[in-house]
Amino acid sequence: MNNKISLILQREYLTRVRKKSFIIMTLLGPLLFAAMMLIPAWIGSMEDEEEKKIAVFDYTGLYTDQIDNTNLMVFDYLDPESEPALREDFSNSGYFAYLVISDNLLDKPDALRLFSDKQITMEVRQHINGRLRDYLRGEKLRSFEMEGLDEVIAAINQVGVNITTIKLGEDGSERETSSEMAMVVSMIFAFVMYMFVFIYGTQVMRGVMEEKTSRIVEVIVSSVKPFQLMLGKIIGIALVALTQVALWVGLTLLIVSGMKMVFQSDKVETSPQGTEMVSTATAEQAASAGNFDFSKVLNMAKSMNPALTLGLFLIYFLGGYLLYASLFAAIGAAIDNETDSQQFMFPITIPIIIALYVAMAAFRNPHSDMVFWFSMFPLTSPIVMMARAPFDVPFWQLGLSIGLLVAGFLLSTWFAGRIYRTGILMYGKKVNYKELWKWFRYSGK
Amino acid sequence: MSFLESQQVVKRYAAHLALDKVSISVPENSIFGLLGPNGAGKTTLIRIINQITGPDEGQILLKGHPLAPEDIARIGYLPEERGLYKKMKVGEQALYLARLKGMSRPAALKRLKYWFEKFEIQPWWDKKVEELSKGMQQKVQFIVTILHEPELLIFDEPFSGFDPINANLLKEEILELKKKGSTIIFSTHNMSSVEELCDHITLVNNGKAILSGPVPEVRQQFSQNLIELEFSGSLDALEGRLSDHYKIETRQSLQDRHKLLIRMPQDAAPNALLAALSPEEHLHAYHEVLPGMNEVFITVVNQNKTSR
Repeated sequence: MNNKISLILQREYLTRVRKKSFIIMTLLGPLLFAAMMLIPAWIGSMEDEEEKKIAVFDYTGLYTDQIDNTNLMVFDYLDPESEPALREDFSNSGYFAYLVISDNLLDKPDALRLFSDKQITMEVRQHINGRLRDYLRGEKLRSFEMEGLDEVIAAINQVGVNITTIKLGEDGSERETSSEMAMVVSMIFAFVMYMFVFIYGTQVMRGVMEEKTSRIVEVIVSSVKPFQLMLGKIIGIALVALTQVALWVGLTLLIVSGMKMVFQSDKVETSPQGTEMVSTATAEQAASAGNFDFSKVLNMAKSMNPALTLGLFLIYFLGGYLLYASLFAAIGAAIDNETDSQQFMFPITIPIIIALYVAMAAFRNPHSDMVFWFSMFPLTSPIVMMARAPFDVPFWQLGLSIGLLVAGFLLSTWFAGRIYRTGILMYGKKVNYKELWKWFRYSGK
Repeated sequence: MSFLESQQVVKRYAAHLALDKVSISVPENSIFGLLGPNGAGKTTLIRIINQITGPDEGQILLKGHPLAPEDIARIGYLPEERGLYKKMKVGEQALYLARLKGMSRPAALKRLKYWFEKFEIQPWWDKKVEELSKGMQQKVQFIVTILHEPELLIFDEPFSGFDPINANLLKEEILELKKKGSTIIFSTHNMSSVEELCDHITLVNNGKAILSGPVPEVRQQFSQNLIELEFSGSLDALEGRLSDHYKIETRQSLQDRHKLLIRMPQDAAPNALLAALSPEEHLHAYHEVLPGMNEVFITVVNQNKTSR
């Protein structure tokens, strides 16, 4: 009997893995992921290279040299008389933008204008705003003519907060964590889970429908039990999904590390000065696709116990997939064409969407009551629990949630199996929920 | 002993009674016709025999033993609603279906080769099913059904989709299978093929078995006591002598050769009619006319309709 299930899942697996669309998706996916990770960092590094020259026309004469230069921005304080001339020939002047201060900013905060023929970046605005604000605050304080003011200001400037979050290990050891990192990881997990349950669940539905509409199903169920056919298909497609994930992860890592090497050697050639600093900075940015410090990210990843997280991902992926795939199989058995699937897809989609919303709440507060209950309920736990996973969930909760998930998919497989065995042999019948319930009840044997 | 027996099989679908205590008995090494109008319950009964669904009451015996899951390998089933995976290659698919029936890969390959050559579809081995004509797909399905040489074969409307030449090929194969020892259940609406092939029939209507027996007996049972008489001579003279006792239904004449269809009175000896012939009438043919299965089918189903 098991031999037959393995025959079926072999067929399901091989026909899908050999499909052109599978091969293309498998090759294209990692390229896309790698591009998603590398391109923003690459573009960012390109822009940052350029030094921006900004002319300042200060009609009040109060703010000369108050905006200091950075390594990317240089401010030239010019005679206000020359403003019209510059305005006329701005594009050839070599300036990125020019700033006009037309009045005392303490009285008129909006007497400040920045002109450019290009998009002005956030950094430039923030830098100008920040510097002028600091200066004006100082001026304001000075206007109260307090004694020892300079010391007060210096003291105030030294005040600052910098939170480092430390997670206490069970043995009392301290590990540095970043809740940002945990959030990103949990977001990725929740989303990947959602995508896979949907994409492969739909594949199960299509597969069942294909067998039904091509009328091969009766030939097959005279050799194997309908339940075996359903199970073989579900497991076969699960293996396709796992193959795809494994190839995606492997290929993406390969491409990213390959690109990183190209990036580094590239940098060394083009910018002989300060090579070390620039190149490592770019590589880190490229690898982490954000503003994280790469070594820090690595440490965080280690602190989250990757073996446990990966194990959980596999358990919840399989559990969640099995739970939903059997329901998708029942839908495929009930309908004759895909347009009829909408009314039955809806109730399946709702828990998944709710799970996604709860998962978003879980990023903020992974241990609230609501999040707890949704991470126990089998229809939502795969997504919600994966969103909680990076935040140290107690083992008893994981155990209970996994136990419920297993019970859940056994129940849904049993339920779906009964609808499936009747549905696959019903042709040309408009099906509604009442009809499904009837099928469920009378396929007793 | 009968090869396959269904005993008082009942199958309910919600409010609808699909099979109402249906008992059939299929003798070993015979061709058994399972007849009945659409929706009579034939397919349900066939699905129960194939263990696709189970009976609510009653049981199926195969050679005297209740049907077991392993018996699937002893049955070959060609369903009425049949198809193949469209995107799969013909050979690969035939191999897959054969292995699902429990055949080993080498054995299946060997026999597939034999049958593909016999049916002249060897060049299509590596083609996708969707490239095949309907008739060719039917051939593949037929091969897959009989490939594991099952003791019991069930054909549900086997001739639909075949042209006359291929239908004939199929008919010969079915007779050949019987000769080799298979028992065959044959479900169809095509009554002339029933007369040609079947040894026994059971007629199912509204979930009940309403008529069973060997084909000649069934036809005899519906005999209208009609005799066809063909002779040369004077039609008027003979008619004058017959009209007292017999009713002449139809008469056909070609010059002085005549063909009469005569209804005999109940329990009249057939020979009595012969005695009415005189030496002047030259007898060419004299035989009893039995109703065709088509007539039997229509008569029985209509009777059943009015009696309900």
